[in-house]
Amino acid sequence: MTTLLSASNVSRAFGGVQALNGCSLEVRRGSITGLIGPNGSGKTTLFNVMTGYVKPDAGSVTFEGQNITGARPNKVFELGVGRTFQLTRIFARMTVLENMLVATQREESWLRGLTRSKSSPRELEAAMEWLNFVGLAHLAKLEAGSLSYGQRKLLELAYVLVANPDVILLDEPAGGVNLTLINVIAEKIQALNEQGKTFLVVEHNMEFVMKICHQVTVMHQGTDLVTGTPGEVRTNPAVLDAYLGGGDETDEELEELANG
Amino acid sequence: MKKWSNLWWLAGLVVALVLPLVMTNPAYRGIAVYTLLFTACATSWNMFSGYSGYVNLGAAVFYGTGAYSEDLLANHLNMSGGAALFWLVPLSGVVAMLIGIPVGLVALRVRRHTYVVITIAIFFVFQLAATNFGFTGGTAGLTIPFIPWMASYFDVPFYYVALAVLIFAILLSAGVRRSRFGLQLLAIRDDEDRALGLGVQVAAVKLTGYVMSGFVIGMCGAIYAMKQGQIYPQFVFDPLFDITVALMCFFGGFGTLVGPIIGGVVLESAQQYLTVTYSSGGSLYLIIFGALFLLVILFMPRGIVVYVKDWWGRRQSRIESSQTAATAGVAS
Amino acid sequence: MHALIDGVLTGSVYALMATGLTLIFGVMEIINVAQGILVILGAYFSYTLSTHFGIDLFLGLLITIPAMFVVGVVIERVFVARLKGPEKTAMSILVTYAIALVIEGSLNQIYSVNYQQLSAWYVNKSFELFGVYFPYIYVYGFLLAVGLLSALYVMLYRTRFGASIRASLADQAAAALVGIDVKRVSTICFGLGVAITGAGGMIYGATNTFNASSGADLISRLLTIIVLGGMGSLGGALVAGILMVTVEDIVGVVWSPIWSTMSFFIVLVVVLSLRPQGLFGKLSSRVA
Repeated sequence: MTTLLSASNVSRAFGGVQALNGCSLEVRRGSITGLIGPNGSGKTTLFNVMTGYVKPDAGSVTFEGQNITGARPNKVFELGVGRTFQLTRIFARMTVLENMLVATQREESWLRGLTRSKSSPRELEAAMEWLNFVGLAHLAKLEAGSLSYGQRKLLELAYVLVANPDVILLDEPAGGVNLTLINVIAEKIQALNEQGKTFLVVEHNMEFVMKICHQVTVMHQGTDLVTGTPGEVRTNPAVLDAYLGGGDETDEELEELANG
Repeated sequence: MKKWSNLWWLAGLVVALVLPLVMTNPAYRGIAVYTLLFTACATSWNMFSGYSGYVNLGAAVFYGTGAYSEDLLANHLNMSGGAALFWLVPLSGVVAMLIGIPVGLVALRVRRHTYVVITIAIFFVFQLAATNFGFTGGTAGLTIPFIPWMASYFDVPFYYVALAVLIFAILLSAGVRRSRFGLQLLAIRDDEDRALGLGVQVAAVKLTGYVMSGFVIGMCGAIYAMKQGQIYPQFVFDPLFDITVALMCFFGGFGTLVGPIIGGVVLESAQQYLTVTYSSGGSLYLIIFGALFLLVILFMPRGIVVYVKDWWGRRQSRIESSQTAATAGVAS
Repeated sequence: MHALIDGVLTGSVYALMATGLTLIFGVMEIINVAQGILVILGAYFSYTLSTHFGIDLFLGLLITIPAMFVVGVVIERVFVARLKGPEKTAMSILVTYAIALVIEGSLNQIYSVNYQQLSAWYVNKSFELFGVYFPYIYVYGFLLAVGLLSALYVMLYRTRFGASIRASLADQAAAALVGIDVKRVSTICFGLGVAITGAGGMIYGATNTFNASSGADLISRLLTIIVLGGMGSLGGALVAGILMVTVEDIVGVVWSPIWSTMSFFIVLVVVLSLRPQGLFGKLSSRVA
């Protein structure tokens, strides 16, 4: 498998805090790659660097062989890198359907937006199709702000998908979501992966990560510690040390990691 | 429901078309012209600020620029007073638009709250410039070639031109609301960074919206300049204008299509009336206007349109529930 | 040199007035456009006390400041506290503008539109130091501004209540989570912001002629000061206030008085093009 998206030796400091310190990561085409690590190890910052929301102090980000370091978020998205946020972000005062339509055309110039209507029949169809896929089609006309937390997560996933990106970065897709929905989300991701979509997933729920990921990178103190298959990572002593040293992970999470 | 709203639009249009024929008092006709101009300003202000959430408290920058370019163009082209001056109105709108590009580039760099304050600051730069530069005539202002129309008939052409501008503004605003561009403005209002991450070119979209609203407001300023004959910096670059236009939109319904129209028609005619009635009482008019304004914002914070819709909705559901209760009563 | 001295002396008074504005914005995300007219209200308070009751201007502040505090608390409780929702800040501008209109109209009714100036023996006298003339009122005004601002800083950084204000300045939601009564803090902040503005009003009234419409001119300056300093930054308001008067004076002397008022706005535009968050403002993270 070829590399689709990669970060190499990325560093970034906020004030005195070195959030990323020479971190590298590789996402292969067609894989589901997991990114785990104790809180504060720099996972979300790495996401932000890779999607253009934060400029790195050093290092580079490459997508399909093209250097996209420091590109604006809209440019990164246009090229085909979609993402969700840890704290779900939807357009609260627009309808669920309108939320979907915002993302339907990722390569269109703003000038074109002036002269065309909100949606073409094809876009509408695609939007409804993806809403259907995540099970929100019946809520299409509702104001998105009235959705429940879990529904918002699904909507965010759906509107990233409707743009048909090549790789999707998911920031804690299972965070704060009930068990049934976690399984639903896992199934959706696996189903999409089978159709060829690439995923990079940040997640604290180890069971979730171990179940769906082909390859896992463990981050610690702003750098990549270990990369391997879920099985390799689970038995690596350095990983356990990192989690124990981090001190802010719950026992269950450690246990999960050890037992998987 | 849809049919009814179309009927309302049609009725409004018919009333607006025949009004000056019925209303022969020149003073009232004058009020009507201002009402149309302000309603057009409010509608296009809302088309940018209401949809995007970027509240612009410096809309007079466009209004004043439009007014000055009308006068300056007329004087430089050595035009004589008359209907031909109306050709300069869209041209002045374009000038306001062009001026809006650098202004917008600076102002739109900052987010929301700071943006509001920046627009006020930039407004004062324009006011000071108009007062201090030579080509604007300083505090003495500028005059436009005299228009030799009879007093009884004078306002009628202005009325129809203002009405045309208003209709243009409404169509533009409705068009934007339905376009992809409008959708992007709404997305910016709700979560600008997220919109950026979904490929919306936020900087370009914001600037376009800002400048488009400037086109219409600039045309209104030009019509005002023509009608007045003489313009002064403190009247075309008037902080009250900035606030009044914003208030009309909040009064009627911020971010809705109909809101600014209702707000404009109600408030401008009321304000004109109050000014005429209480002008001898000096500042009493300020107190009344301010107090009215407070009442509306505090009791109908989302504007009349939303308030009435909610009230109507509650009423409908009450009727329905009482009907079901009644049928239930019969059944038992 | 003279410009610099004047910048520091007069600028500190502007800083005092702007501090009230930036404090209110920082804690409550409310832009109080009525701040300008409240300066004038403070000036008229002092005017009434000195002309009708013969109370010295500075002594009168002992009455004016608490009175202005009450005015602030009432405005906050009755009007501002009702504002909610995503358009809160924009609405606050409209509400406080309406309040300003009502106050302006009332002041015009009571005091007429004739220009006034506060008078006392120290208003028109100066003393000489190292060959530079210092008008007493400017020096006193400067001392008052420094005194009040220091008192404010001591309160913010040395008292428990100050800590809760600073917590609210940093993050309202978090402050509420750790048990700070944000509503009460907001009310008191608004009162404080208006009260120190009232004190600034006395100095303004003694160094300028004023009537009720002077408020509009003032608010534009105050707003630009807080934007330049960085909205919500107290130190920024101080620096920007002094900077504003210095720049205006220098341009007025070196170039022309016509450009002096405009120069500050131009400085503002330039600074903002380079640093959108103002001199000392925090840039809200693009991700958070």
